[in-house]
Amino acid sequence: MGVGESYQRGREWLDANPLGFVFGLVLVLLLLDLGRRLLTGDVTVSRFGLVLKAGLMRGLVIGLAGIGLSLTYSILNFANFSHGDYLTSGAFSGMAVSYLVAGGFGAQGNVGALLLVGVGGSVFGGALGVGIFTAPLAVLLGLIVAGVSTIALALFIDRVVYKPIRDRSGITLLITSIGVAFVLRYLILFVFGGSKRGVTAGQPSLSLDVPGGAINIGAHDVTLLVVAGTLMLGVHLLLQGTKLGKAMRAMSDNEDLARVTGIPTERVVRYTWIIGGGLTGIAGFVFALWKGTLGFFDGWLLLLLVFAAVILGGIGSIYGAIAGGLIIGVTFHMAPLWIPSGFARAAAFAVMILILVLKPEGIFGGKTTA
Amino acid sequence: MSADTDARSALSALWERDAVKIAALLGAIYAVYIGVGAVIGYSVRGQLNSIATLTFYVGVFGVLALALNLHWGYTGLFNIGVVGFMAIGIYTVAVVSKPAADTASSIGGFGAPLWVGIIAGVVVASLFGLLVALPALRLRADYLAIVTIAMSEIVRFILLSRTFQEVEIGGRTVGLGGGSGLILPFNPLQGLLEATGLVALRDGLVAVLGPAIGSNPSAVINSLLYGVLLLVFVGLYYVTLQRLGKSPFGRVLKAIREDEDATTALGKNTNAAKTKAFMFGCALMGLGGILWYVQSGAITPNTFRPRLTFFVWIALIVGGAGSNTGSVMGGAVFAAVLFQGPRYFQNLVESLVEVEAPANFGAAMAPLFDSLTLTPFVFYVIDNVRQLQLVFMGLVLVWLMHNRPEGMLGHRKEEAAGVPLRRDRDAAVAAADGGHERDGRDGDE
Repeated sequence: MGVGESYQRGREWLDANPLGFVFGLVLVLLLLDLGRRLLTGDVTVSRFGLVLKAGLMRGLVIGLAGIGLSLTYSILNFANFSHGDYLTSGAFSGMAVSYLVAGGFGAQGNVGALLLVGVGGSVFGGALGVGIFTAPLAVLLGLIVAGVSTIALALFIDRVVYKPIRDRSGITLLITSIGVAFVLRYLILFVFGGSKRGVTAGQPSLSLDVPGGAINIGAHDVTLLVVAGTLMLGVHLLLQGTKLGKAMRAMSDNEDLARVTGIPTERVVRYTWIIGGGLTGIAGFVFALWKGTLGFFDGWLLLLLVFAAVILGGIGSIYGAIAGGLIIGVTFHMAPLWIPSGFARAAAFAVMILILVLKPEGIFGGKTTA
Repeated sequence: MSADTDARSALSALWERDAVKIAALLGAIYAVYIGVGAVIGYSVRGQLNSIATLTFYVGVFGVLALALNLHWGYTGLFNIGVVGFMAIGIYTVAVVSKPAADTASSIGGFGAPLWVGIIAGVVVASLFGLLVALPALRLRADYLAIVTIAMSEIVRFILLSRTFQEVEIGGRTVGLGGGSGLILPFNPLQGLLEATGLVALRDGLVAVLGPAIGSNPSAVINSLLYGVLLLVFVGLYYVTLQRLGKSPFGRVLKAIREDEDATTALGKNTNAAKTKAFMFGCALMGLGGILWYVQSGAITPNTFRPRLTFFVWIALIVGGAGSNTGSVMGGAVFAAVLFQGPRYFQNLVESLVEVEAPANFGAAMAPLFDSLTLTPFVFYVIDNVRQLQLVFMGLVLVWLMHNRPEGMLGHRKEEAAGVPLRRDRDAAVAAADGGHERDGRDGDE
């Protein structure tokens, strides 16, 4: 009886989701293959651990930036193609302050060079000792400035660019956001230069001995984990426990109804940008801190991965964005175990396209929790 | 009644003709370029070179904007993967038509004649369009946008990858060249001139203009002729799309753009129509990519970044989506003002003053703070025109979306009907006969 019933239910599910079944099957096969290769030593535990760690770390950045993208996507109804460049802006403004503080406000290198994050090789983050252990205050201030300045930028752009055309279609807003992305990205290039620079000094790390080598857990891995975890928890509490969260959910559901029931929609929009911009700016800063390099193209390169995460988790859901971010991050770093490393990004995009085609409401069934 | 009004109405009737609008726009653009060239003190050679470059970009952006207009303007398909189809077109040409590799280290092709390669490139681009269309066309516009841009990036990753850099097929070393790209040993213009017997024309031009141009006149003449060839292609695209738009099939496409459900309810197979339109547009984009790069000598994958797609989009939006005339004019304006204009301006300034640009933004700003000297900053701006022009393009795009989302010609979107839908339009046409200026703009419908 019990077996027959669950078999029946399985059949129904299979009929409803044939492609989902194939998708799941491929995933299971990959995991089995991974297990086999770990056992045979084809992939060492240390390599596996390292790619998993890198994937989770990148996933946290993507998830953090994804929360903002997801919120604006569901509440303002448009795919913001300038979101990646908000991330770059946050990274540069935060790093400028970190450089300034770590450089002793001009004690090492002149103030201009510090504020321009060492443009043209005038000062180096490594020499200044930018890092959570070597200059904790610089990093902390950088973190705060990254968030605050990106909030200011997001609010300014919303006021000047998006507010006047709030009532237009999502496509109009999308095209406009491409214009904003161009302006931001190439202004950053104009001011900070085009070189991809190293920004951090070496930090102490914890080494775990495992078969096949060691897994290093660096200070900036931990920083990223703590910052992202705290912020995600904070957003969860904010959106679940306050009226703002309820208003946001109401607005993403039906904006007109929300306005009729007395929700101050413009104020909700402003808070959306504040939360989204702040998280994105900080994500950009910790991303630069974690990978140790910074270039004007970083945010744009990450943008499609962020989109992938948001779509995977279901547009409008912050938990979906976080989970999607982790999945995309892990896919990105794990894919080279099977396919040439040049296709890592392509693999993440392929996952996104599959989800869009098969289940556009996201893998969690499109429950917009916030 | 008076000769004056007659002349004016004749003039406005002339202005109503789209070909006149395009010709007037091109004439104005060329006049400005030649005028500025004269100020710079360009020699005949310099003038002809700058005209050739300008014509080239007017042509390629016109062609690509027209192709995109079929997707977005007619059918309402939000494709932001244009550059992927261009890349597929030209890379297919390279693989099919490059001669066999002569040394072990170089990458060859299958050595087919160039025209075979071009046909193959167009076909492969449209088949790739089918591959994208099959799953993606039923998606919402913004999802289709994300899928197409991701697809175009995947194309670039494939071109970049080492896996397909060099492959042995049937004893030949072929491949996509990886990050260093491919050399293209093609001279399509020469082949075309020989095939059409127009070599004499070229040689005649070289003989006539040669003394004025100076050394190696045939290179200048060739690039001018290639520009003319591109303009011919713009004309071909224009006529094709114009006919397509007015055909019953074109009306189905426009109906899909307006309301897909209603079109389905009327018994039209919208999926098939969308797929066909998408494939045809992709074929045109593939050909656009071929026309752009086939005579360039070499291609690298990183040329085909998404920003090229956005260039084409800006061109289309400048001209006004939904109108083929607008697409051509948008392509011309984009090429002349936004794409080539800033570089031309840079040349102009550099010819007038000695630009000693600071190496970076810090060095540019320091004199401003220290002694209120603005010159280094201005020099830095001029030196970085190529970056700032993208900022400018972004600003123009935002401004257009705010103030003129329907494009420079105003509201030109063709109706999804075989007959005029508005009664007052007929009235307006009648009024035009009475000597009143016809209002081309209908405002919001």
